[in-house]
Order: sequence, then structure tokens, then C-alpha cells
Amino acid sequence: MGQLSIILARCLQAIPTVFGIVVVTFLLTRALPGDPAAYFAGASATPESITEIRAKLGLDQGLPRQFATYLKDLSRGDLGQSISTGQPVAAELLKRLPASLELTLTALFLSVMTAIPLGVLAAVHQDSWIDQLCRFVVTAGVSLPTFFTGLLLIYVLYFLLGLAPAPLGRLDLLHVPPPHVTGFLVFDGLLAREWATAWSAFKQLMLPAITLALFTLAPLARMTRAAMLQALASEYLRTARAAGLSRGRVLMVYAFRNAMLPIITTLGMVFSFSLGANVLVEKVFAWPGIGSYAIEALVVSDYAAVQGFVLSMAILFVLLNLAVDTLYTLVDPRVRIDG
Amino acid sequence: MADTSFMPTLAIAVPRRSAFARGFAHFRYVMTSNPVTFFAFVLFALMTLIALFGPALVPHDPLATLADKALKPPGAGHWFGTDHLGRDVFSRVIVATRLDLLISVSAVAISFVCGATLGAFAGYWGGWFDRLSGRLLDTIMAFPLFVLAMGIVAAAGNTIQNIVIATAIINLPFYARVARAEVSIRRNAGYVQAARLSGNSEIRILLLKILPNTLPPMMVQLSLNMGWAILNAAGLSFIGLGVRPPTAEWGIMVAEGANYIVSGEWWLALFPGAALMLAVFIFNLLGDGLRDLVDPQRRT
Amino acid sequence: MSLFLHRPPLLAVKDLCVEFATRRGPVTAARSVTLQIAKGETLGIVGESGSGKSVTSYAVMRILDRAGRIVSGAMEFGGIKLHDANETVMSDLRGREISMIFQNPRAALNPIRPVGKQIEDVLIRHARATHDQAREKAIAALERVRIRDAARRYHAYPFELSGGMCQRVVIAIALACRPQLLIADEPTTGLDVTTQKAVMELVRDLTHSEGMSTLLITHDLGLAGEYCDRIVVMEQGRVVEQQDTRALFTAPAHPYTRRLIRSTPHAAQTIRDLLPEDQRPPQPPAVAEPAATSGPLLEVRALVKVFESPGGLLHRLRTRGKSTGHAFRAVDGIGFSIARGESVGLVGESGCGKSTTSAMIMRLLDATSGSIRFKGHELTAVPAGGFARSPLRRALQMVFQDPHESLNPRATAAQSIADPLLRLDGMTGAGDIRARVEQLAAEVGLPCELLDRLPHQLSGGQKARVGIARAIATRPELLILDEPTAALDVSVQAVVLNLLADLKAKSGMSYLFVSHDLEVVRLLCDRVIVMRAGRIVEEGPTERILSAPGADYTKELLAAIPRPAHLPHHVGRAKVAWA
Repeated sequence: MGQLSIILARCLQAIPTVFGIVVVTFLLTRALPGDPAAYFAGASATPESITEIRAKLGLDQGLPRQFATYLKDLSRGDLGQSISTGQPVAAELLKRLPASLELTLTALFLSVMTAIPLGVLAAVHQDSWIDQLCRFVVTAGVSLPTFFTGLLLIYVLYFLLGLAPAPLGRLDLLHVPPPHVTGFLVFDGLLAREWATAWSAFKQLMLPAITLALFTLAPLARMTRAAMLQALASEYLRTARAAGLSRGRVLMVYAFRNAMLPIITTLGMVFSFSLGANVLVEKVFAWPGIGSYAIEALVVSDYAAVQGFVLSMAILFVLLNLAVDTLYTLVDPRVRIDG
Repeated sequence: MADTSFMPTLAIAVPRRSAFARGFAHFRYVMTSNPVTFFAFVLFALMTLIALFGPALVPHDPLATLADKALKPPGAGHWFGTDHLGRDVFSRVIVATRLDLLISVSAVAISFVCGATLGAFAGYWGGWFDRLSGRLLDTIMAFPLFVLAMGIVAAAGNTIQNIVIATAIINLPFYARVARAEVSIRRNAGYVQAARLSGNSEIRILLLKILPNTLPPMMVQLSLNMGWAILNAAGLSFIGLGVRPPTAEWGIMVAEGANYIVSGEWWLALFPGAALMLAVFIFNLLGDGLRDLVDPQRRT
Repeated sequence: MSLFLHRPPLLAVKDLCVEFATRRGPVTAARSVTLQIAKGETLGIVGESGSGKSVTSYAVMRILDRAGRIVSGAMEFGGIKLHDANETVMSDLRGREISMIFQNPRAALNPIRPVGKQIEDVLIRHARATHDQAREKAIAALERVRIRDAARRYHAYPFELSGGMCQRVVIAIALACRPQLLIADEPTTGLDVTTQKAVMELVRDLTHSEGMSTLLITHDLGLAGEYCDRIVVMEQGRVVEQQDTRALFTAPAHPYTRRLIRSTPHAAQTIRDLLPEDQRPPQPPAVAEPAATSGPLLEVRALVKVFESPGGLLHRLRTRGKSTGHAFRAVDGIGFSIARGESVGLVGESGCGKSTTSAMIMRLLDATSGSIRFKGHELTAVPAGGFARSPLRRALQMVFQDPHESLNPRATAAQSIADPLLRLDGMTGAGDIRARVEQLAAEVGLPCELLDRLPHQLSGGQKARVGIARAIATRPELLILDEPTAALDVSVQAVVLNLLADLKAKSGMSYLFVSHDLEVVRLLCDRVIVMRAGRIVEEGPTERILSAPGADYTKELLAAIPRPAHLPHHVGRAKVAWA
């Protein structure tokens, strides 16, 4: 079977997962105790207005019927209206998505670029100082609450040392956002050749990205080290050594490529963590992404907005996992052939 | 190494002892073999004591507000300083231990029991039950877990009870998967087949022959997940879910202190944050120590 | 004297000591090992597990793992002092002058790199090929190890090849640079007997044609006897004897060698011959032969087991609904019977369906179709899941392949043995049970003081005895023995086989002995059934099948048994007429 059709098959396999996600988000709001109509109508509602809203939302119909309506709305990209802003939820999420993506992807990039070399070095030089460092980073990393790390970094780097800008959003007040191309301010700034804006955006981005990266660093470094140790102890590595292959080749072609497989699998878990931690980091740094949108919505019980947020995060996670699967397919021949 | 079996097999005569004595000897072995695990256990015991007796021992009422003493830095009267309402941070951190542990322990207990049962049945009998439960777990895992917990609490209502339930649900897949994997590798092990030949019924085999053998890896998972559960519960209250002011809870205290960080009042957020970190750290250390004991090959 | 001793040695090891750091302090794995290999010579190192034979070879290659350390001793190879050569020198030597092949060939190959590329890596490393020629030379190397269609196999991954093929690739890697010395570490362990023979002959032909020396490390004295010029016998890290192969077999000097030769089943006339003379128990008085009137104890007819692969939605999409998953016929319509008191061998290579057959008879697995009649009752009428409650459960018991894995790690030996007594015999009262357990332990020769130990505190042979005691606790009428000695060293195997023979003689049980080892079957069984690919190939009295096999497959199996030229044989090669 070709690689392309495997990837296609993986996409097909994601369909039931997406369906499950849709069902859960639907049930979260409709099948739980309490009257959504009263919820929507707000505190000052009269019984008449509640009935009216119930009819308008289709809540007077049976659950399957409601679900069908929900699906129909979804297929049109309609996630409902936010009661606090009066705007369509989908539009607001889309507007704020680039900010969250920029933060999450930068953090992932940082943590992958640090964790994998750290884990590999720790495994190759087992019990050396770098292994101890790796052990420390891993244990500290999983124990630190993201929101707490963020606050510590702000206190040290902004308040005490003045190295970082104030933790207030994506751009300081002196700059206007560059023309929208990718939605990633650093890129857009560079594309528009507004160097100062790009630099400002970059400075704003660094602290939250590092905070998030520190959180995802630990599981990745831990898995890299373990996978590398396992590969180093394997029988095929002994064969490679017995054949006199050079150390570099043994480590990179024989050990590291095999160690990649469990690392890639861990990436899926890391995405889950980092999308969740993203919400907390956005709150700490007043980052105008979909996470802070959701928190604002939570405070006022704006529930179409929360539902839309949960759904879009889940879809994002599915897409990231698809990317991981594709990567896995490219590395492991066994998946390619067996399907 | 192909030839590692040269290690002399342990052939010490084992006197017949009570199960309790054997259990205690094992516990002592666990504690003495690794000082870090011992240290973690001492801290754990201390934390449990604080959770039990903390509220009776604290120097100040954690809820008493003193407007004239607001935002005092740490000093002799208030070891951890006071917050924006003049409440004693030390007392609040100590008192919060009980609530934080209660939330995470009950959440983990629920998910451990439900997850292990689900996973054990799925792993032992397979078939449609396995497929159905697998589908269910996959659907839970398809969400970024913290986001799902947010969604559950938002929908079910903003209460501590719902925080516990949401944390339990997002932890469930981990236990179910470990239990399923551990049971299914043993389902046709030699000693299980032998138990079938000895006339044990299937349910008896699962409960008496397989489950006891899967407990060590499950306990490791339990301890490692505990830290994660604390982090999740604190994260939820940090964004304003579940616990409401003025209740003392680490997550919400960090959230309240966050506003004062940029103006330099660090103690409001630092101490509850550090307490939270220490709690997670203790559970992670314990989990690592237990894992080393269960499987020395996988030291990381 | 060997003619090789007059030549200068290619490899000389002197007083080699190797230690391993363990949790309980250092353990010495090789003590003062001294041996030499001449150019063109094949030297065997034979020993049971823990004898230090593999450790010695790893020390020569200097690829001991992190815990291992060469404490003292000298190793010289063609003028190079291996013991204090630096890593650069060693890395140049490895693969070019000294190569190694391993047991478990599939794990010895990089799972995600095409096999051709793995050969290229070695060729390029030792400058035997440039990048342009590498591919061509790698294909040539594959052809040299007799892999058909080498140009296509070049692209294959290890998981696409059979175990035997993988071992050929490992050999191709080892011999790619035409080294002077090949170290073969248990190269045939885990392979089927017929594949074993092909692999060993390949190694012999290639090394002979190049004039290479070979160091063959094996636990199988028969294998070493057939292929080696000289043999070193090791025990617990020490060399106890080193001799010309002929001299070793005809006049073994050391008592351990004598015991080893004796416990190897090739030479034995009867099962008692496996034991040292001073340790042979008297023959137990045979019980009266049961009356032959009652018909066969077990009768299997047209038994079929089909395994369906779960072919999910995706699979159906891919095959566009044409297929509903692969159906694998593991057992394909077999029939045989076992009389009371009879001992029947069920022989075949891995995957032939012998274990599936025994699981169905044992009621651990439901049959797809066919009939199993035991004492006149149709066993297939009761589903496997509910058979625990059947009164016939007591009469059908089994001894499992791996004595360690078949004991609950949390149960003491006494608890394991008592389990069937409690569940099937309904015994109550701790005192009664204990007495019965002790009686059973005595029957299988397990000292009573071991009864309160957990499995990991027992040796392999002791665990095997616990497994047997548990199986005979309910006095079964049919006992299935599923390769009960496959995981044991030969000297332990000898003891366990004798125990089994004695138990049968005393109790009049019937045995179904499942095995891949024809030599063991010869000693224990009255009748043999040969299976291949789910079907019965041949069936008949042991004597006849082994001396005058009818089916080609049986002949092939017999011919594949390694046969040292210097041992008297009971399954003589001359009798195996090749078609």
C-alpha cells in the first residue's frame, strides 16, 4: 500500500472520532440537568420569554431532532451566537485563532528543539551531568503548574530585571498590527517589512511561549531519553556495533531513527497538554487567543461560546494528531505495509 | 546481553510469615533501597498530617480580613505575608491543603475504580464490550483533556463536586488503558491457563489471579497521575471554575495573586504556587520510586 | 591431536576474567578463560545457561554492555592486543576482521531500514565499496547467502522476511567484508529444525570456502559435535575441558562433560541413559496394564480451528467488500486417538498447529468444527468457557511449556499445587490440603522446604516440578505435556523427562507429548504424530517412524537433527534415505 493511501485511510479513521466529538459537545449542553432556555434567557427572564427562546432554539423538540439541527448548523459553520458579545461564535473564534496558534506552535517548536537534543544527550551520556540535568528538568517540568511558571517568569524577567515587556497581549501599545496575511504577527510584520513591529511582537511572544514550552518539555525529554536508551540497548544496535559501524552512524541512523517512533507517539499526548495549558497561559499573559475568549465566556456563562471553543479545540487536536500519524507513517515502514 | 542468566538465583530459605509481616518487610525494602523514595514518602506523610490537622494549627483565621494589614510582605507576624484583603497567606496555604488533596484524591479514586474495572473487563473478555469501551475512551482522548474538563464544568455547573467529576473523567482513560493492557497480556499467560485447568471460574481468575498481578503497575500510574490531577483541578480553579472566593485553595490564591505580580507583591502568588508545586513534586517522586521498583529496566 | 594446533593461533585468549556490576555487587561471568583458534579452524564453545560462553565472545569483540568489565587477561588477534586496543582500532576490526552473528535474527536487524542498506552500511564503513558500487555489492552479498531474487529483497524490511531469511541477512552483513574470524552466538536458537540445518550449512560452506575461522557458541552439544573441529566446554564461567571433537565424545575427561554428553538425548537408548549412572532411580513397578476393552481414551475426528483476522471497516473498504478478512486454518481436519496408558508424541515445527490442537483438547479453546471424544463423552458439546465446572475437568490436565510463566508470581509453590485440590476436588481443611500437597511434592521430588517459596525463588527445574505436581494433583487420566522441557537446560531436561516417565509408569496416565524435538519424543513416546501446516503428515509407532519414515517431510525433519559424527546414533543418518 502506498504512503498516500495510508494517509488517506488515517483521515477516514478520523471521521468516527470527529463524530464522537460532535456528539459529546452536543450532549454537554443539551442532555445535562438544568434548562438551557432559562440559561440563555438570562436572570431577568419571564416564563414567556423562556418559552419563546425554547421554541427558537428548537429545544421543545426531541433530542434526535435537536441533534439533526445542530449538525445542520455545524455543516454551515454556524456555532451559534455569543450572548455576551452578540457576535457569531464561529467568527470570533476564527478571529482569535491565529493568536492561539502562534503561541502554541512557537511553544511546541521551542520544546521539541530543546527536549529532543536534551533527551538524546542524556541517554548517550548516561549518568553524566547532562543526564542529571535532564532528570532535573523532567522532574521539575512535570511538577510546575503552567500558570505559576508564567507568573514567576513575569516577576523575574519583567518586574525584577526588566528584560521582558509587560505581559499585556501580543503587541505593545506603540505599534499597530501589520496587515493581516497569516495572522501570526511576527510573520506578518516581517512580510510587511515592519521590523520594529515584528520585533515587538516577537518580544511579547517569547515569555508565554517559553512558559508553555517548559510545560511540554518534560514529557518529551523523558520519552526521548527512554526511547533512546531502549534503542541503545537493542539487539540491532549490537549488530551495528559488531559490524564496526562508526559511532555517529550507529547513533543517528540506527538508534535515533528507531527512537523517533515512540517520540512521535508522545507528541500526540503533548499536543493535548499544550492545548489545555494554552488556556492558562493566555489568561496569565492576557493573550487575546481563543483560550482567553473561553475564560471570558465561562465567567458570564456564555455557553454557546464555550461549546464552540471546546469543539474547535477538539477539531484542532484531531488535525494535529493526523499530522503526527502522517509523520509516523513516513518513518515506520511497518505501518506502510500492514496498514 | 544474551547471557545474563548467570546471575545466581535467589535461593534464600523463606520462613513462613504472616502476610502482614511480609508486607511490612517489603515496605521497608522499598523505603531503604532508594533514599529519594524514602524522602518523598516522609514528605507525603507530612502533607497528609497537614491536610488532617492543618486547620486546627494555623496561627490566623484564613478568612479573617484586616483592611489595615493588606499586602504586607512576609515577616514575623505573617510568615508568608498578607494578601490584598489582609488575610494571612500562611494560614490560607496550610488550610488549602485539605481541599486540594480532597479534590484530587477523590477524583483519582473515582477514576481509578471506574477505569480499572472498565479496563479489566475489556482486556479480559474483549469482543464488543472492549470495542465499545475503547470507542468511549477514544472519544474522551480525542479532546484536549483540560479543555474537556472546562467544558464539563461549564455545562454541569460551577461546583467543587463537578470539578471532581470532570477531573475523574479526564483521568479515566489512563487507568482504563493501563488496566486493559496489563490484563490482556496476562489473559492467556501460562499461570492463567493453569488456573483454568484447576477449575477456577473466569470471574474468579480475573479477580484473584490476574488483578493482584496488575496492581503494581496500576499503583505507579496512580501515583504519577495524582500530580497531574492536582494540577488540573488547580488549573480549573485558577480560571475561575469550581472553587469560589473566599475559600482558600491554591489555584484560586495564585489567580488572586497574579494581579499583584506585575506590581511586585510576589508573595501572594508564590507561596500557594510553591505549595502546589511541592504537592505535585511529592507524588511524582513517589511514582518514579515505585516505578523503579516495579520495573528497574525502565528507570528514567 | 588436532592438526590445527600446529598452526599459529589466529585468536588467543589467555586468563580472561569478566565481571558484571549488579545490584548485589560484582558477579564474575568468566573466570580465567583460556582458548585459541587457529586459522581455518571451527571451535565450539558449549555450555548451559550461565556458563559464560556468550560473555567470552562479547569480551573478544569488546562489545560488553555498560555493566560488564574485563578485569584481567589478554586477548590477541593476528598480532593485535585486543584487551588494550582503543575504540578506533576495535571499530576498524569489527565487521572487517572479526564479525558476529546472533540468536534471534529478526531482532538483530534494524527494523526500519531496508536490509540491503544495512549491508551497504558495513561495506562503505570498511571501504569495501564506494557509494556507487555499494548497491551492486550488497545484492551480491545477498546472493552469496543464497537469497533468491536478491535485487528485490534488497529493498525488504526485516519484518517482511522469515526468521531464516533474516539470519541469512545477518550472515551477509557479517561476511560482507570477508573477515578472518566469525563468531556465531547461538545462531540457530529460535529457528525451526529444518531452517537450523540450512543456516548451519550455509555458515559452514561460506567459512570453509574463504578459509575463515569460526567460533560457534551453543548450548547444543550435538550441533557443536557436527560442525566443530574442536570443542571447549564451559561451566559457571570456567573452561572445564577443551578437546578435539572426536576425543571429547569418545573419551571425555571432565565429569561435567560426561554428564553433558549423557544428558544429550542423541546417544541415549532409554530415558534412564540420560542420567548419570549414580543418580538413576530404580525402575518403578509398572501398574497392571488397563484392560484394553474400554476403547480409546481420547478420540479426535475431523478437528478444525479457523482463526479469523478481524478485517475491520477499513479493510473492507480497501478490498471493496470482496474479502471478509483472512481466515487462517491453524488446524485443518485432523483425527487421531490415544489409548489408555499410551504415550503419544505430537511433533511439528512452529506454526504447524500442534499447540492449537492441544489447547482444543484441553478445552482452553473452542474448536471450529469436528469432534473430540474423551472417555465416550463429546467434549466439544461444552464450550471452553464453561468447562471448569465439568466433572471431566479433573481427568484432563496439562503441563505448560514455560515453567516460570505458568506459575502465578504471587502464589507460593504450595498454593499453586493446592489450587486444583481446592477448586476441583473440593478439599477443605488446611491440614488435609497441606498433607496432600506435601505428598504430591514428594512424588515429583520437590523438597518440602521449598513449598513456601515464590516462583522467583525457585530454579527452573524446581518450577517444572511444581507445574507437574499441580497437573497430577487431581490424578488426571490424560496429561498433555506442551514442550515441558523446551525452556530447560539439558541436564535438567534429563531429570524432568525421567520424572515424567516414572509418573506415567506408576499411575497409568496417558500422555500427549507436544514437541519439536524428535530425539526427546523417541525416548518418551510409544507413537508419533507428525504435523505440518495444520494437517497430519504421518502417524505410527515411534520405532517405525524414526527408522523408516514414509513422508518426505518426516525425513526432512529427521535429517535436520544435528548429529555429531562420533556418537552412536539411534536415529541413524544412514537410515534416513533421501528421496
